[in-house]
Amino acid sequence: MRQVAIYGKGGIGKSTTTQNLNAGLAEMGKHIMIVGCDPKADSTRLILGGLAQRTVLDTLREEGEDVDLDYVMKAGYAGIKCVESGGPEPGVGCAGRGIITSIGLLERLGAYTPDLDYVFYDVLGDVVCGGFAMPIREGKAREIYIVASGEMMALYAANNISKGIRKYAMTGGVRLGGIICNSRKVDGEADLVEAFAKELGTQMIHFIPRDNMVQRAEINKKTVIEYAPESDQAAVYRELAKKIDGNDMFVVPKPLKQERLEQILMDHGMMDIA
Amino acid sequence: MEERTRILDQYGAKVYKNRKEHLVQIENPPGGQRIAANSRAVPGIMTNRGCCYAGCKGVVLGPLKDVAIITHGPIGCGFYSWATRRNKAIPGPDGKNFLEYCLSTDLQESDIVFGGEKKLRQAVREVVDIFHPKCIMICSTCPVGLIGDDIQAVAEWAGKEFSIKCLAFSCEGYKGVSQSAGHHIANNGLMKYVIGSGDAPPAKRFSVNILGEYNIGGDEWEIARILKRVGYEIVSTFTGDGSYEKIKNAHTASLNLVQCHRSINYIAEMMKDKYGIDWIKVNFIGLGAVCKSLRDMAKYFDDEDLTARTEAVIADELSQIEDDVDHYRKKLKGKTAAIFVGGSRSHHYQNLLADFDVHTVIAGYEFAHRDDYEGRRVIPTIKVDSDSRNIEELHLAPDEKHYRLVVSRERFEKLKSEIPLEDYDGMMRDMNNGTMVIDDFNHFETLELLRLFKPDFFFSGIKDKYVIQKTGVVSRQMHSYDYSGPYAGFRGAVNFARDITMALYVPVWGLVTPPWKMEPMLEGKLSEPEPKEEVSKNA
Repeated sequence: MRQVAIYGKGGIGKSTTTQNLNAGLAEMGKHIMIVGCDPKADSTRLILGGLAQRTVLDTLREEGEDVDLDYVMKAGYAGIKCVESGGPEPGVGCAGRGIITSIGLLERLGAYTPDLDYVFYDVLGDVVCGGFAMPIREGKAREIYIVASGEMMALYAANNISKGIRKYAMTGGVRLGGIICNSRKVDGEADLVEAFAKELGTQMIHFIPRDNMVQRAEINKKTVIEYAPESDQAAVYRELAKKIDGNDMFVVPKPLKQERLEQILMDHGMMDIA
Repeated sequence: MEERTRILDQYGAKVYKNRKEHLVQIENPPGGQRIAANSRAVPGIMTNRGCCYAGCKGVVLGPLKDVAIITHGPIGCGFYSWATRRNKAIPGPDGKNFLEYCLSTDLQESDIVFGGEKKLRQAVREVVDIFHPKCIMICSTCPVGLIGDDIQAVAEWAGKEFSIKCLAFSCEGYKGVSQSAGHHIANNGLMKYVIGSGDAPPAKRFSVNILGEYNIGGDEWEIARILKRVGYEIVSTFTGDGSYEKIKNAHTASLNLVQCHRSINYIAEMMKDKYGIDWIKVNFIGLGAVCKSLRDMAKYFDDEDLTARTEAVIADELSQIEDDVDHYRKKLKGKTAAIFVGGSRSHHYQNLLADFDVHTVIAGYEFAHRDDYEGRRVIPTIKVDSDSRNIEELHLAPDEKHYRLVVSRERFEKLKSEIPLEDYDGMMRDMNNGTMVIDDFNHFETLELLRLFKPDFFFSGIKDKYVIQKTGVVSRQMHSYDYSGPYAGFRGAVNFARDITMALYVPVWGLVTPPWKMEPMLEGKLSEPEPKEEVSKNA
């Protein structure tokens, strides 16, 4: 069982990318579970064809400890199992603690069955506190992909996340598998992200071009692979799935100093602006 | 300086460097020696300190009998602060006394994740429905601070929703370095929202508030009995047998009496700024101290009748207990004591012990500041650090309606040289050559002190009571009086002498030899090891 965590700046397209990637892997015959680690509980919407009915934490709150796994885990497109951790409404409580509680509960309920080829954790935004690092602690996800674009703040966040990964890599076995570039059509984007990834000691595992098909599929609550299986974008996601399935480059990232990060931005793409 | 060195020398370099500032052995003449206090304890040192919540809810707010206090947090904090201080109270005219209750939101994991405000609102609603209190106080514990429940907003909501007074205290345990931070937070809340909200003036001419007296074992009742005999009206007590109903009117009193300096000096200072009320440091523990305090009060009010009554009461009270005092003095003469309690009480009890010719050889505090040890004169030299800066410092302007001065400022200046008016000289000046003063003491030091000084009595609290007792030394808990009391005032002094005489002359702990000192507790026999030739060959 490969446990994979997907991180990246808020709004960068983690959930969309994860679900399309999973659809691609499922097409290849892989057994997958997605654990949404975002209080908004929208990490499995495209696989399930709509928002999950019940999150783990809501169920825990209402039912107490006696939670039935089937109640919170639903199978979606191509048999992908979906779980949403859920969490408090914005501004109250502790979402980080929620993720810790939720993953702990899933383990106790036996959600991690041996037939699974992959478990994906789709984690909210940055690694802001201990709770959001839960999926990469010992015994959980051993590989991480960061979704980024050529925009400065996306790379800045990716660099920051790498610091978190590095911390846990030193004590546990977690490794960075690569950067997935979700294009924002920034000048020289592929080169820039490629150079940034190299500097981190990793790779840009795949470049996903911007395509309105993604938007159309989302409105229809479907992954691109399900909504338009013959489209170019579907092929892109299948390619990503293939690359990740065959990936063997796992590293402890070397986060960049702020000056170095800015220098890379200057050298690539941003040259004209400067 | 021998004992101090012998204790410190056993520490590693880092701990030594920290602790040497907190241990002082008094040199003659007393005064001028400096002690480090109110700073972070060394991690792992087994300090006896409590937390911010303990200081706020446990010490200052807890004794208010007509206030329903809700501990917002997991149940442990509420449970372990439930009636542990033995603050006694009898219901006031409204019949309300909530002291035997422990109210808590009992936060569970899902409350931490989703926020505890909803549960807190529900708790407030239930408390209102069941107890109909006029005042509710919410005290938050650590996790509430971490998840950021807005308890102030809940208090505001409750005040409007139920037309009651509802106060919220963000006294999470991790704030500050000891319970001291909690005292300050409680003081601020009472000052901001309660004191001055009532308007019942005192009926008598000479009116006082007793600050920092928590009625452990009924101390406040004995003090009140004496003050009433002299002719004082007690407007309010902070907070032993105290009530929201009474402290609302605290601003109408003429003089503030500060008993425990550490836990309540903030209110004394703030009431001075806002209402012009002077305060004097008093001590109602110990016969000489009670007499002095009564005379100081009489001097402040400067009234012939009052002075005469003061002397008459003193003479009468002393004559009533004279035989008892003589009896116990003979029994206790020449004994030695160690004392660690409170934020003035280690000082107060030295007076009481001296009344019976018991010599205090060791004294200290868990949470006092330098001014409690060295006197208020050092306050300007105390450095504010990041821990103390965390606690809000209120600066209050004079209240337009209620600010008034009882004595003229000329007389105030003159009085300052005669009585402890807005002053406290600290504990160390009253201690003798060679005695030890220890700040933030720990279990290791406790054992070392017992070994080096061999005191006859060790007065402390529950955390070290049994450690002390097992060494055969008399231990008395000064946070609960071991279910006895009162110890304050004239009659209390006799109670105290009786209790410690009893303990001294029935030295069961010293007479008992525990079985593990007589015979082995484990049994075993030596046997030949099984032959393991193969193994040894390979090895």
